[in-house]
Amino acid sequence: MPNPIPQPATPQPAIAPPVERENYLNAKYGVWSWLLTTDHKRIALLYLLSITFFFFIGGFFALLIRLELLTPAGDLVQADTYNKLFTMHGMVMVFFFLIPSIPAVLGNFLVPMMIGAKDLAFPRINLLSWYLYVIGGVMMLHCMLTGGVDTGWTFYAPFSTNFTNTKIVEAGLAIFVAGFSSILTGLNFVVTIHRMRAPGMTWSRLPLFIWAHYATSIIQLLGTPVVAVTIVLVAAERALHLGIFDPKLGGDPLLFQHLFWFYSHPAVYIMILPSMGVVTEIIACFSRKRIFGYSFVAFSSIAIAVFGFLVWAHHMFVAGMSVYAALVFSLLSYAVAVPSAIKVFNWTATLYKGSIHYDAPMLYAFGFLGLFTIGGLTGLFLSALGINVHVTDTYFVVAHFHYIMVGGAVMGYLGGMHFWWPKISGKLYPEGWARLAALIVFIGFNLTFFPQFLLGYMGMPRRYYDYSHMPEFQILNVLSTAGATVLGVGYLLPMVYFLWSMRYGKPAPDNPWNAAGLEWKTPSPPPTFNFDEEPVVTWEAYNYDELDSPDLGSPGNDAPHKQEVPVAR
Amino acid sequence: MLNNFPLWPVQASTIARSVDALYIFLLIVTGMMTLLIFICLVYFAARFRHRPGVPAVQIDGSHALEIIWSTIPFLIFMVIFAWGALVYFKERTPPADATEVYVVAKQWMWKLEHAEGQREINQLHVPVGRDVKMIMTSQDVIHSFYIPAFRIKQDVLPGRYTVEWFRATKPGTYHLFCAEYCGTQHSGMVGDIVVMEPAQYEAWMNGGSTGPLSATGEKIFAELGCSTCHRSDVQGRGPNLHGIFGKPVQLEDGRTVTADENYLRECILDPGAKRLKGFQPIMPTFQGLVTEEQVNALVAYIKSIAAAKGEAAKASASAAAPPAQTNALANGSQVQ
Repeated sequence: MPNPIPQPATPQPAIAPPVERENYLNAKYGVWSWLLTTDHKRIALLYLLSITFFFFIGGFFALLIRLELLTPAGDLVQADTYNKLFTMHGMVMVFFFLIPSIPAVLGNFLVPMMIGAKDLAFPRINLLSWYLYVIGGVMMLHCMLTGGVDTGWTFYAPFSTNFTNTKIVEAGLAIFVAGFSSILTGLNFVVTIHRMRAPGMTWSRLPLFIWAHYATSIIQLLGTPVVAVTIVLVAAERALHLGIFDPKLGGDPLLFQHLFWFYSHPAVYIMILPSMGVVTEIIACFSRKRIFGYSFVAFSSIAIAVFGFLVWAHHMFVAGMSVYAALVFSLLSYAVAVPSAIKVFNWTATLYKGSIHYDAPMLYAFGFLGLFTIGGLTGLFLSALGINVHVTDTYFVVAHFHYIMVGGAVMGYLGGMHFWWPKISGKLYPEGWARLAALIVFIGFNLTFFPQFLLGYMGMPRRYYDYSHMPEFQILNVLSTAGATVLGVGYLLPMVYFLWSMRYGKPAPDNPWNAAGLEWKTPSPPPTFNFDEEPVVTWEAYNYDELDSPDLGSPGNDAPHKQEVPVAR
Repeated sequence: MLNNFPLWPVQASTIARSVDALYIFLLIVTGMMTLLIFICLVYFAARFRHRPGVPAVQIDGSHALEIIWSTIPFLIFMVIFAWGALVYFKERTPPADATEVYVVAKQWMWKLEHAEGQREINQLHVPVGRDVKMIMTSQDVIHSFYIPAFRIKQDVLPGRYTVEWFRATKPGTYHLFCAEYCGTQHSGMVGDIVVMEPAQYEAWMNGGSTGPLSATGEKIFAELGCSTCHRSDVQGRGPNLHGIFGKPVQLEDGRTVTADENYLRECILDPGAKRLKGFQPIMPTFQGLVTEEQVNALVAYIKSIAAAKGEAAKASASAAAPPAQTNALANGSQVQ
């Protein structure tokens, strides 16, 4: 199988680039040209830097958690410290990494380009959303450095409102502010996708990445305000002793859970839908095929967004809710599983009679398919009421949501970063290292989280600092910690070789994968306004038959780039 | 202590059997789905790997296939849903004649009190083969009463009762965990469930009881002066509480509710909220004047005077003759 990108070990003499043409990276220089930019691509890079920073903070907390659990006794940190570690791990990873990850980086970069627009509909609001994210992030850092929070990322009342002395209000405000960043990004995407598509870019010609982001944006717009309100209510009960959630003040603790999960369950789909969009693009490109069942994949994204709002109380089957409410939410949870299943089947069917290349992005996409399938199917266990009672609040749940949110979302994010890195940076990364990293991440991930399914069914509760009462759980915990170190290496590698490639990587051609999609029809890196002239779309999405046809018959949309393409057809 | 197979939790209650059966069914079903998807992925990835000169064959999609792979999984999901719901209803429906244990959770301790009066901390002794119902509340934050060997879990909330039940099938000592994060020593809020043979259990029961919980409640009932208004005739300023437990009662605002444990509890702590029809709002609140344990004792007393008036003086019978009770249950219980 031809390897499209040479290894770093055998550097080939780079053809001296002609005078570098102007692109979004070299159009202006200086700190202010970045901090005051309204270019969606530059803002995407600002987001990339900031979420990578938080990813490694969250990862550091995870590492400490896994080290503490290496032995049954609580011997590495204090109990309160451990409780803060898993709380901050969750808050940082959910609100400051996973939710912004694909939308704010890849979405920001690609949504305008994929639909043939110059920028997002509201470039200044886009910059504002990054500043809100940064302000929220700084508040979160301040909160962590001055004591942190110990409620778990779920903030359950009345513990959070009347029983802990940690920095609940500070953390809540940080999330509140970051939430508005998410709302603004969603708003921007919805308006952009509706109003700024290039001539000929009909809804049925949109890349499925765009459909996924459209669905995500709807959730961000409708869901995030609810968690913002919930945080305000927690702060009000804490600061003003208004009786909202604490029964001692006349409140209802289940009300908190309903409000919290009304956002926080759909938030899972904010994390996974964009990843599904990324994987769809990758699978189409590397099997050189139109996506099987385009409209089913598109509408399943919308279905997930809609049904995703109707299943929140499946987090509460043992919380003291009515059995009949539990029945309804269990049923609806199975309903939301159907569109996810449709997607997996369509991706698999796309491979059928394809011409499959195993480049690094495709390896990540395969990893996504495997891990998302396991994560999704274990969701069937949790939706089954009778089993849920046993495994909820155990490591079974921890394993399940990491398979979705790390195995699924992060695999997709990394796959997307590799796929579009040549476009973003104008450089090629070392393919061999990238494949190795994909393999390490896959192995490390499974070693970390698969044992946790077993631990969960055996009954180990989550958020336990000390399990010396049940030393029989140690072996599986040791496996999990070992896996986490492997996984850590797998996550560090891409950061290293991406940085390396920015200086030493070979210049990327405009369309290194010979991929369909408007973003590949403009130089790498793209000019500030993306296209030299407004594109007119006359072809369907994923027209790989035309791209790969030997006679280059189609009217001039892919031919010019064909010579530069290293990937074999 | 755990089973011979080290990756499977010991199965020690009737519900554990039902949960495990469904779990194994799901392992098989999802295992087959996973296998199907992975075999397709691996086969397609290998069979259709890129070969020079062999272009991909473009396929738009297939409505028939889409319908098949939406409908079949949905039908399978519905089977899982129905089975899961059946197990859940069993988990959530305590048999009417179960032995009762009152549980008060607090940071970071379980306080348990048998209806017969034995008190325990972080330990619960129960006999094999008898239905045990726990009536649980919390003094502070949300906790969760979790016994993995029995496959049961129920959050324990402040300000109300939640209920959980089991019938142990196998003597032994099993883990009791708090499963809802509750603060610093959450992981220290663990204990043991000791399941004993009925004879051993009787021996254990006969040591150190302070008398039935309902008797304690009767004493508190008198001490707090409840009996001046809640008289056992129709002359009292408050409703006659004999026989009220478990019956539907009509409220001042026209609603009808069942006088269950939660209702009695609320009436003690917030008497104005659900006042009985025909009575004046003269009862003071006892919020802050009684501990959770005293509320439990009062509820147990009110329940006992319902039972005494009712069918077969059940409460006293269960305290006096537990072995007979066990047999009766084994023959005629609602479960199995």
